[in-house]
Amino acid sequence: MNFPILSIITFLPFVAGAIILLMPAERKNETRAVALAAATLDLLLSGWVYLQYLTQGLAGYQFLEQYNWLPQLGITLSFGVDGMSAPLVLLTGIVMFTGVLISWGDDDKHVMAGIQDRPREFFAFLFLLAGGVFGVFVSLDLFMLFFFYEIAVFPMYLLIAIWGWVKTREYAAMKLTLYLFIGSVVALVGALAMYWTQYQNTGVLSFDMLRLENAGFSVAFQNIWFLPVFLGFAVLGGIWPFHNWSPDGHVAAPTAVSMFHAGVLMKLGAFAALRVGVMLLPEGAKTWSPLIMGFAAIAVVYGAYIAFVQTDLKYMIGFSSVSHMGLVMLGISTLNQTGLTGAGVQMFSHGVMTALFFAVTGMIYDRAHTRMIPELGGMAKIMPFAAIGFIIGGLVSMGMPLFSGFVAEFPIFMGVWREQWLVAVIASISIVITAAYIMMNIRKVFFSPMPENLEGHVGDITVLDKVAIVTLCLFMIGIGWFPALMVPMVETGVENIMRLLGGA
Amino acid sequence: MYTPQTFASILPEILILTIGILILIFEPFWKEEKRRNAGWLTAGGLFIAMTVSLLFARPGEPTSMLGGMIRFDWLGFFFKMLFMFAGAATALLLMDHERAGKRGEAYLLLLASLLGMNLMAVSSNLVMLYLAIETASIPLYILAGFLLDDERSTEAGFKYLLFGAVSSTIMLYGFSLLFGFSGTTDLHEIAAMFTTGSISPVVGFGVLILLMVGLGFKVSIVPFHFWAPDVYQGAPTPVAGFLSTASKAAGFAVVVRLFFAALPDFAPTWTLVFAALSAITMTVGNLLALPQTNIKRLLAYSSISHAGYALIGVVAFSQLGAASVVFYLAAYIFTNLLAFGIVMAFSRITGLEEITDYAGLSRRNPFMALMMLAAFLSLAGMPPFGGFVAKIFVFAAGVQANYIWLVVVGIINSIIGVYYYLNAMKYVYLYRMPNEDEEQHPVPLTRPYALALVVLVIGVILVGTIFAPWFGWSDSGALILFN
Repeated sequence: MNFPILSIITFLPFVAGAIILLMPAERKNETRAVALAAATLDLLLSGWVYLQYLTQGLAGYQFLEQYNWLPQLGITLSFGVDGMSAPLVLLTGIVMFTGVLISWGDDDKHVMAGIQDRPREFFAFLFLLAGGVFGVFVSLDLFMLFFFYEIAVFPMYLLIAIWGWVKTREYAAMKLTLYLFIGSVVALVGALAMYWTQYQNTGVLSFDMLRLENAGFSVAFQNIWFLPVFLGFAVLGGIWPFHNWSPDGHVAAPTAVSMFHAGVLMKLGAFAALRVGVMLLPEGAKTWSPLIMGFAAIAVVYGAYIAFVQTDLKYMIGFSSVSHMGLVMLGISTLNQTGLTGAGVQMFSHGVMTALFFAVTGMIYDRAHTRMIPELGGMAKIMPFAAIGFIIGGLVSMGMPLFSGFVAEFPIFMGVWREQWLVAVIASISIVITAAYIMMNIRKVFFSPMPENLEGHVGDITVLDKVAIVTLCLFMIGIGWFPALMVPMVETGVENIMRLLGGA
Repeated sequence: MYTPQTFASILPEILILTIGILILIFEPFWKEEKRRNAGWLTAGGLFIAMTVSLLFARPGEPTSMLGGMIRFDWLGFFFKMLFMFAGAATALLLMDHERAGKRGEAYLLLLASLLGMNLMAVSSNLVMLYLAIETASIPLYILAGFLLDDERSTEAGFKYLLFGAVSSTIMLYGFSLLFGFSGTTDLHEIAAMFTTGSISPVVGFGVLILLMVGLGFKVSIVPFHFWAPDVYQGAPTPVAGFLSTASKAAGFAVVVRLFFAALPDFAPTWTLVFAALSAITMTVGNLLALPQTNIKRLLAYSSISHAGYALIGVVAFSQLGAASVVFYLAAYIFTNLLAFGIVMAFSRITGLEEITDYAGLSRRNPFMALMMLAAFLSLAGMPPFGGFVAKIFVFAAGVQANYIWLVVVGIINSIIGVYYYLNAMKYVYLYRMPNEDEEQHPVPLTRPYALALVVLVIGVILVGTIFAPWFGWSDSGALILFN
């Protein structure tokens, strides 16, 4: 592959963001159009990469690009995707596209949907975030991974603090930023330790992760550094007991940012924990996997339980994200083929699902001006489209067969069972709780009688919103019906991880 | 004896002097309202001087020049270019300063100080070094107290003078001891004597402490930092920016040369002392920055803490360490000049300097707000700005030298930093003016400001993304120290 498609995917959002910033502030609709065009292009490109990988039956790292960035220290700008990251690149494209649609906003109508205040800055920061996310998923160089990781973290502060929910935005934004920054710098020390140890072992200065995989770190070294590195990244994956920032952040963020945050950013944490923690320090992973499994199991059950008792729709989804990301961590902690495959698919499935949840919640909030579940009702009559979308998301969330959630969760539980059947039993409690709260909330929000104060002034969603919902649902149903669209691909990525785990 | 090389080695200084003389000649003939053009002359002249030096006066192999007074090498050259860039940016920022911009003396003093700094970066002889430090400092004492009708400025100038005089006296005492024990003022000969053991290590340690007082004052490390916040607050803002960047970097240039080249045999002792100083400096600077309400004081404490981060590279005492210090200073000069430039541009229109006064800036001038964001995020160490890469390099050098505890302290401090930098940005982006009528209160930028700030912001981003050339220059400077 000579065509630098991954660089284009990664740098397109930065370029688009810069162009948007240079547009006059009053031209709001032109700003949005440019944003949508860039997001569409990025979705198409990432979809093309995914399809190429799938249809050609590729394995290992593909679409490789490498540029020497700082040869003296062995920093390269090297990009490539494997079976694990290609679905996540596609996911980012999807969320970016739908996120722009949802934030379109409308200056004329009385509904306060989307982003009206300074859309220029909003889209620029959102694209900065998106570019950072793409960068992490495709980077094969540890230094560049950190570089993009930090780029993906700090725009969150601005996006939440400026356009977020007035009541909690300052607190939530600062909390989120500090949590994530602490996590990443802790991981950074581990990464630097790896870098120098690699240098001592091989005499080559390099941040290249493919090289670091074979650096021959001693078991003692791996045992020391695995936890800081893994947990440092896993903070962003919402692992218990460091999940606390996440629901607050979800709730305070504007809709598109919640979608990005839960849909993509949390995957960023899990993915980086897997790529840097497990793959570079496999012996450490073996030592500590019971602890990670314990944390994850607690997150799964505890998250579901807390979600059950929430009365704020966004908090409910926020905690359900903690629970579902717990499943990803659970899958990773099994360190076996089945569990890891499930974790890979779950990252994609949950990303799409939770983006859909937040999108629909945002649509409801913009029109009803409340997110409190007891104050809502009868939405199915007014916005049937949103209702159907939410129900499909709910079915995915419950892990129903024929939806992507099943394809993801079933292998995770199988994988866990093989390692520690008791954990599988405990974690499976969450399925029951999830089903309970999802169904209760669907009944209350969409099908109970509409409260009087909402009667009359709540309108239907826009066409753009519908396009976003359809896009997201298509992927969830598609994977559910045809697991072959994703599972074999993820398996090729898992094989690589298994090789590292077995060979080390 | 005098070859073209000799002139090349001091070509930048000759050019700086020429600009100064041109200002002296032209300034009296200009009318009052045209006098600010001395700023264009200074900035343009420095730009030309940089270009000419880069074309014709690049150093080759490190050589001693002018009877061993100066060293002609990449380390000094790169620092010189940085100082001259900082001087040009400061001249631009001075131009529209209400009370200082129309006075030619300000630019002349700036150039005189610049001359001293350039010589600081290359001195390899104690006498030359002391002269250079004083040449750089005395004009700055005057510049800090330049606003005679302003009590704060007068206080700043006087305070800076007193602290500066005391610490330079102590340093001079250290120099005289070194001369007394070695009988020479040449740094390289002194280094050789330490190596052969003709001077006892006890003396070396004592001298080290004395030198550290003087240099610690220049680079404002704790416990020699007390002057910084008051002086930064009182001095004209562009001067404060110059003090916190070029002057500090000049101090580091001397630290690097003196300790790496002349005292390498005491490395285990002084790295330990520096490690302690670095940890204390970072922590004190950051903790004291937290409660600040005045933006200049905030930047003053933040600049103290940045001296601490840069010291990590000195502590590492390796080629990477030295390169990372130089790189850190390059990134820091761009970033902090940008920050002070924005403070200057803002207070020129509004006359205000409290952080709360920045409320609504993102609506009053979105581009200025973005540039401020770039500066503060770079200070906080976020990509894609220079501060991120710079911090990683010094941390990498620290981890390599097995100073993991120091790196951990640095990391904890970066977290504190993120908090207060973002807190300041909260006012810019989130809060609004009392009547929410930002459109009625624009903050326009005049041409020199727009030029200076745009160049600086591009610099901050370039250092943070395309960092290979910058690192290459820093590294070729560092190479000299370890050959």
